[in-house]
Amino acid sequence: MLVFAQASNGWSWDMEYALEILPAIASGLLQTVVATLVGITIGMVLGLVLALLRRSRLKLIRWPTSFIIEFVRGTPLLVQLFFIFYVLPNFGLTLSPFVTLVVGLGIHYGTYTSESYRAGIDNVERGQWEASTALNLSSTTTWARVILPQAIPTVIPALGNYLVAMFKDAPIGVAVAAGGILLAATSEASRSFQPVEPFTVMGLLFLAVSLPAALFVRYLERRYGYQRA
Amino acid sequence: MLNANQFQSFLDGAWLTVQVFLLAALLGTILSMIFGIMGLSENRFWRALARVYVEVARGASAIVLIFFAAFAIPIILGIPPRIFAAAITALGVNMGGYGAEVVRTGIQSVPRGQTEASIALNLTVTDRLRHIVLPQAVVVMIPPYGSLSIEVMKGTALVSLVGLADLTNRAQNLRIQRPVIEAAGGTAPSSVVIFGTALVMYFLMSQVIALFYRWLERRVGGRWYKERG
Amino acid sequence: MAISEPETTPTADAMVRLRGINLIYGDNHVLRDLDLTVAPGEKVVIIGPSGSGKTTILRVIMTLARPNSGTVEIDGRHLYHEERSGALVKAGEKHIRDVRTDISMVFQHFNLFPHMTAIENTMLAPIKVLGLSKGEARSRGADLLETVGLGAKLDQYPAELSGGQKQRVAIARSLAMRPKVMLFDEVTSALDPELVGEVLAVLKEIALSGTMTMMLVTHEMGFAREAADRVLMFDHGAILEDGSPEQILRNPEHERTKAFLRAVLAH
Repeated sequence: MLVFAQASNGWSWDMEYALEILPAIASGLLQTVVATLVGITIGMVLGLVLALLRRSRLKLIRWPTSFIIEFVRGTPLLVQLFFIFYVLPNFGLTLSPFVTLVVGLGIHYGTYTSESYRAGIDNVERGQWEASTALNLSSTTTWARVILPQAIPTVIPALGNYLVAMFKDAPIGVAVAAGGILLAATSEASRSFQPVEPFTVMGLLFLAVSLPAALFVRYLERRYGYQRA
Repeated sequence: MLNANQFQSFLDGAWLTVQVFLLAALLGTILSMIFGIMGLSENRFWRALARVYVEVARGASAIVLIFFAAFAIPIILGIPPRIFAAAITALGVNMGGYGAEVVRTGIQSVPRGQTEASIALNLTVTDRLRHIVLPQAVVVMIPPYGSLSIEVMKGTALVSLVGLADLTNRAQNLRIQRPVIEAAGGTAPSSVVIFGTALVMYFLMSQVIALFYRWLERRVGGRWYKERG
Repeated sequence: MAISEPETTPTADAMVRLRGINLIYGDNHVLRDLDLTVAPGEKVVIIGPSGSGKTTILRVIMTLARPNSGTVEIDGRHLYHEERSGALVKAGEKHIRDVRTDISMVFQHFNLFPHMTAIENTMLAPIKVLGLSKGEARSRGADLLETVGLGAKLDQYPAELSGGQKQRVAIARSLAMRPKVMLFDEVTSALDPELVGEVLAVLKEIALSGTMTMMLVTHEMGFAREAADRVLMFDHGAILEDGSPEQILRNPEHERTKAFLRAVLAH
């Protein structure tokens, strides 16, 4: 547990301290951004795999996949991180905090993106499938050259949204001691017993990234049209 | 497997989770309605204020807000720290940002013709809101509000990081206790069981919420909503 | 049978009087210095190309659009102005609502309340605005729905009705308020051709059997010929021609009117 001393009345903002810790917090921010980028990459790939698995004709594949997706979406990311970090070593797989974080983010958001892919694929008109059959295209070619190229652009705004959402979740790495903006802030605060400046700087730097990112995603939505998953 | 005491501890933790969730959801709903309707004001100032709240409340993620509220705000305000209240406030404010958009777009989705017909029938503005606009807006709002509620419930797991004894916190504690239990000669439940049980309990909670919202939609929507084109 | 008796008999010689109405929307001078008088019980059909401002006149009377200048009188009372110690000042919302009770409107896209049944649609405003009891509102609504041919559909929701049926419910809903003036904004334009007839039949019934003052914007020239007292040709925000249906539809004076009629009647 993190324990912070209670300041007496007469607290005032310590600008000198705030500027002193700025580099450390900013470096934490960078780690969070990196974790987000790696995590979204895993999530985008996993999402597509899950979406395709969910369309399998075999119930044996479809049902467990659907259940896993529902289960991961219905449980907190934090507990999933703990599960990966503490349980997997029992099965011989010990992951570093950073890898735990990005794998956890990737799996959690992979289930969300799989819904977006599913909607995107479903939205490709029937006629495209029928034309592919009429032209005797193989299944692989149909998927790779006809269906996915039409499905994926519509998924982009949703993926953008999940990227921003993932960034907002990524500081959770502090729970498994993965480097990030929150770890930097809490470390600093417990070292100096001055929590206000670290957490405020953290908040401001965080907004400095998340707000422009949100605006950019809204631009993407307008550009590519909005498909709700 | 968990023994009776341990399971009871988990249930106690789950109960705290439920309390945090319900109180945060209450605050979040109130803020959603206030800022959602504010965002529809004819007055530019109110609209701008609502916009600022929505962007900041959403842009600062729940975890950032929770830490800031729990550790920085008490010092800034010169009051003793109250983690429970801080966590609920942070989660509620964050939820309000998303909920306000759901409320605003829900009301905007009611066609203008409904307002015009109400004017043509000389209804007062209050009657128009109460009998025509809100009943139609609410039905539209229910599904996204349901998803949002589940996200908030999952977000309550974060309060374990600031010291509240919720379900996640109990699971973590039990894991930490394992060596102690073993040393005292007992058999401690494995990590799989500990975190697996926690995940299942969260999953059940999210399913209950989902069922509630599905029931609510049927109840409020009724025949007219399902049949409309 | 008279299904359209207004609540009280009119007092002035003009039921609707517009004086000097101007409405400017951006760069568009939608209504130009418009003067128009409609006598009690008159049935006026307004025709003209889109963008001519014909729908806007109805919207100004119904207070869905506010004019930049000019006055509107309904049955002798100013709509947008009130008299205070002898002078004419801009009216407050309360006054506008008071005068607006005498006006009702039926819309091109029906605008029925989807979450209420047909009978409930007709009952809401009489209860909330006119102060009728639930029983009184229900029997009034049931009678009106019966008259428009929907006696069997009282408890149906709009989603369960055809376009023609929806529009007839909308008409019944407006009639339930017993207005002195009824405005009809292209009420058949959104209907499939085979459903237009049933709505026109109801409009004809209202026109021929009662003393209701009616203003209709429509392309249905047949209706104009059979039921209208007067036809106004609108163009670029002003009245181009004003006369009886025979005059305007058979012998229009202006070239623009002739061109417009040729285009419309060609369908």
